[in-house]
Amino acid sequence: MTTVSEVPPGTGESPTDATTRQQRQEPLLRVEGLSVSYGRRATARRREGSTRVLSGVDLAVRPGEIVGIIGETGSGKTTLARAVVGLKRPDAGRIAFDGRDLTRLAGRGLRAFRRSGQLQYMFQDPLRSLDPESTVRQTVAEPLAVAGTLTRDEREERVTEALTLVGLDAGELGARTPGLISGGQRQRVALARALVTRPRLLLTDEPVSALDASNRNLVLSLLDRLRRELGLAVVVISHDLGSLAGIADRVAVLYRGRLVEQGRTADVLERPRHPYTALLTASAPSVRREPRLLPALLRVPASREPWPEDEGCVFAPRCRFAAPECRDEPAATVVDEPDPSGTDTDTGTATGTERATVACHRAADWRAELG
Amino acid sequence: MSRPPETAAPARTASAAHGPVPPVLSVDGLHVTVGGPERVEAVREVSLTIGPGEAVGLVGESGSGKSLTCRSVLGVLPPGCAVADGSIVLDGDEPAELTALTPKEWESVRGRRLGAVFQDPASYLNPSLTVGRQLSEQLRVGRGLSRTAAHSRAVDLFAAVGLHGPGAIYHRYPHELSGGMLQRVLIAIAIACEPELLIADEATTALDVVVQAEILELLQRLRSEQGLALLLVTHDLAVVARSCDRILVMYAGEIVEEGPTADVLAAPAHPYTEALLRVASTAEAGTGALETIPGGAPETGAELPGCRFAERCPYADAECLAGPVATRLVEPGRRARCVRPAGQPSGRRQDAGAAASAENPSAENPSAENPSAENPSAENPSAENPSAENPSAGNVSGADATAGTGATTAGTPEPEPEGSRV
Ligand code: SF4
Ligand code: SF4
Repeated sequence: MTTVSEVPPGTGESPTDATTRQQRQEPLLRVEGLSVSYGRRATARRREGSTRVLSGVDLAVRPGEIVGIIGETGSGKTTLARAVVGLKRPDAGRIAFDGRDLTRLAGRGLRAFRRSGQLQYMFQDPLRSLDPESTVRQTVAEPLAVAGTLTRDEREERVTEALTLVGLDAGELGARTPGLISGGQRQRVALARALVTRPRLLLTDEPVSALDASNRNLVLSLLDRLRRELGLAVVVISHDLGSLAGIADRVAVLYRGRLVEQGRTADVLERPRHPYTALLTASAPSVRREPRLLPALLRVPASREPWPEDEGCVFAPRCRFAAPECRDEPAATVVDEPDPSGTDTDTGTATGTERATVACHRAADWRAELG
Repeated sequence: MSRPPETAAPARTASAAHGPVPPVLSVDGLHVTVGGPERVEAVREVSLTIGPGEAVGLVGESGSGKSLTCRSVLGVLPPGCAVADGSIVLDGDEPAELTALTPKEWESVRGRRLGAVFQDPASYLNPSLTVGRQLSEQLRVGRGLSRTAAHSRAVDLFAAVGLHGPGAIYHRYPHELSGGMLQRVLIAIAIACEPELLIADEATTALDVVVQAEILELLQRLRSEQGLALLLVTHDLAVVARSCDRILVMYAGEIVEEGPTADVLAAPAHPYTEALLRVASTAEAGTGALETIPGGAPETGAELPGCRFAERCPYADAECLAGPVATRLVEPGRRARCVRPAGQPSGRRQDAGAAASAENPSAENPSAENPSAENPSAENPSAENPSAENPSAGNVSGADATAGTGATTAGTPEPEPEGSRV
């Protein structure tokens, strides 16, 4: 771990220090009641013409914490990231970064915040988004040119630092173009580019979906180290439960723009409270051999009357347990979590201070129907 | 319905190649070359059989040769690639040697006796025709049905692959359907002529997990209802774990392990399979260090003196590099291309935890042909000084070109009888 402790922001903190500090600290990012629409902007009088892609999303991320956001295509997970980094204006809600409401920033304030590079977004599929003509060093330096405050020498130093952080040899690879390095290396170049401004929060959209299993684990353990050693707060957006199980402290499950469940990773994945989460975890391919729920038990029988679209719970059309009460949209409710001090020994990093929530009328009793 | 592998016993007996039931497909000693004039071997000495109704998983990372193998079977190799040696026999009522077919003869095999689905269903459909029309076309040409008979059969098939409202689906255009629905349409087209074998090449890779599980279940159902044999080609060990009777693991152009799925996952006989399994399980379990496989795969077609996994193998020793490694019978129905006897490893140089900290910069092989996902190198940034642990690195190139040219017995404790090599 020598490479990392040379770097200023994290100054030699042990993981245990990081954990206690993380529990003490206020969230770095706090998203409250976030709603986003695409299409024609909703006005007081007219809502038609716009599509609600996110509705009432709450999320908190502390320094040194990794929060996973699970969702399939169309769940709004990418929109959530774009809203947080200011690429998409929300209709409603608050996005507080270190106590400051980003949705209220405009003009000079917004530009200054962006230039500071405290919040970085690693786009989906960076393998393809790297400029084929630029060298690795030029690519990594790009965000610094935007900030424009450093001297040439300082910039070069930062680039070397960022490349070292992700385990790439700046001397060996710095002058190469993306075509001359491997896929796993390119993914790390993209990560170095996001780290070069020394951000405090990193949002990554499907950071490992294009990689094979070995390189996936490599990039994930890199993120894990960065949060432990630099106190970096990380949001990992993924459709793949497997890539979150290994590193995320908490996960939030998005379904059609609603946050249907969130809680500590082990709790959510091992004993989901929302029927959709249960379907997701049951469907995920696995090499583990223990028995588990069959996804077929969680699907709607073909004989059931189709649930009217856009009525009540967003998951009702696909929910086996939908009942009359589900015609009213369920709100996210806080559920009791097991005592973190007793059960946390396996991860050692779960915060324990964040409440678990689930948005389902039948969270307490749907399992009984499985017999 | 998904079925645990244990329930598939009949198919497993059929897989024994010399059993009473002839296999649906037998590939024997297949070699595929790529790269035009300076041809190199991307697939070496691949042999496999698939019994009637059996589901076989072919697993490997990109560049391992799994897709070239399956495309050889389908007779759709990309330009510059060619079958250099070996035979591919489709058995059944009319046994056919596929490597010898003329383009005209292929028409009565591909889409009729062999069905296939791929990763990107949209690109295999005509965007300007309704999906029903495209399926009907297949039924009229392939099975000689009349227009009305084809229409009603098409609606039945759409229902059989689990599309809701098949009558309405018939009139939809590809862009109106989701990826999962399109994959079902492709499966309907692939099974329209009741093929003996369905090949699914990364067919669920691009789908969301819930849909992926549905498609895998559909394939299992078609298999049990129609006796369809399945070849599932994928990079993801987890995908085949619950849906295949047997798995074949490919690495750097060769099949390195073969056996019943449950047995292979319980106790892999080849170090590469072992590493793959460890990498997959540490991520899933969410406990302990995330494992990686140090180093990268050799460049496509690289000629190496010995075992092609040696550079990344924690057990490699002089014997592994002495000459080409042939396959070894591990137990009946199980084979591995490794000199190491199954069971307790001796002289293991890296324990499980240390495997994640081996840096091997010399193993980086960005391939000029397909740099994107090829040969991803997996050196660990925090490595201390692992080079001492990997003496094989650096002295495995520039070897003579005898690797993979047959059932050589060099370094093999138990030579395989002719014709039953992996
Ligand atoms: S609220 Fe009703 S429909 Fe929605 S997930 Fe819960 S049980 Fe299913
Ligand atoms: S033959 Fe040797 S190097 Fe190759 S996999 Fe077996 S033990 Fe490892």
